[in-house]
Amino acid sequence: MDVADLGVEIAGTRVPSRLWLGTGGLTSHDTVRRVVEAGRPGLVTVSMRRTSDTGANGLLMTLRELGVRLLPNTAGCRSAREAVLTAQLAREALGTDWVKLEVIGDELSLLPDVIELVEAAAILVDDGFTVLPYTTADPVVAQRLVDVGCAAVMPLGSPIGSGRGITDPYAIESVRAAVSVPLVLDAGIGTASEAAQAMELGCDAVLVATAVTRSENPVAMARAMHLGVQAGALARGAGRVPRRQQARASSPMQGRVKI
Amino acid sequence: MHVILNGQPLEVADGARLPSLVPDARGVAVAVNGVVVCAGDWPATVLQDNDRIEVVTARQGG
Repeated sequence: MDVADLGVEIAGTRVPSRLWLGTGGLTSHDTVRRVVEAGRPGLVTVSMRRTSDTGANGLLMTLRELGVRLLPNTAGCRSAREAVLTAQLAREALGTDWVKLEVIGDELSLLPDVIELVEAAAILVDDGFTVLPYTTADPVVAQRLVDVGCAAVMPLGSPIGSGRGITDPYAIESVRAAVSVPLVLDAGIGTASEAAQAMELGCDAVLVATAVTRSENPVAMARAMHLGVQAGALARGAGRVPRRQQARASSPMQGRVKI
Repeated sequence: MHVILNGQPLEVADGARLPSLVPDARGVAVAVNGVVVCAGDWPATVLQDNDRIEVVTARQGG
């Protein structure tokens, strides 16, 4: 049943799936193709890097053939200035004004520098970009990002590539409560149940890269993530039962056998 | 004269323009000294000594 995945609307544009996929870590263009076909992501992220002498860009050709929307990131940038230039280069190279804005503040944890992030977001919004910032799961920062015009907020579940899942679900719920723009869980997901959990906590989409690309079977994990995101979205809409201190029998008490 | 292309020094002819370094604009973008130069402006962009040129494209990334 695929009805749960109606996609998510970002800045007036419908992204056709709530699963978003990062390509970092995939080893071949053929694997990229099979992973995208299995996961059917609403968009696919790419990084911007210096050209080499290897000729035509096979990755780009593969993604163009698949017809999937590209979301360039500013991965590796450590200042607002670097991130703004990288976003502008991506717009020129790929013909999209959408950007996953990432400004790293600490090389060990890869946590964002939210001061530089808000500054870069403001500059890029003024320059006409649709800005999707990767940020800490902090409702105050999320509100600042919305205040400067970000189209979504993408809080981390745990550090990039750590596969530790959502270490502070309350923080994600706090961000959800703070802002009304789309919320995309970005970073930390390790497996499909955690993608479902992100949706249950109120996220509108989930961006996974490492969890798929470095799994033992990326194609199978992409499919699992697709289903996990759908399951979580359905469960969120269905409304879970409240947690109770004590048991509550689900079978009726009347009509029991008596001996 | 010399320019720096993607971090590497490169000898180019005086008066060289951007298309001589980047013949194919598809899927790539160029910044000269930290400012993006649109592909349409490449033919008119005459390189200067010590220009720092970045040529980037999409790669795998999360």
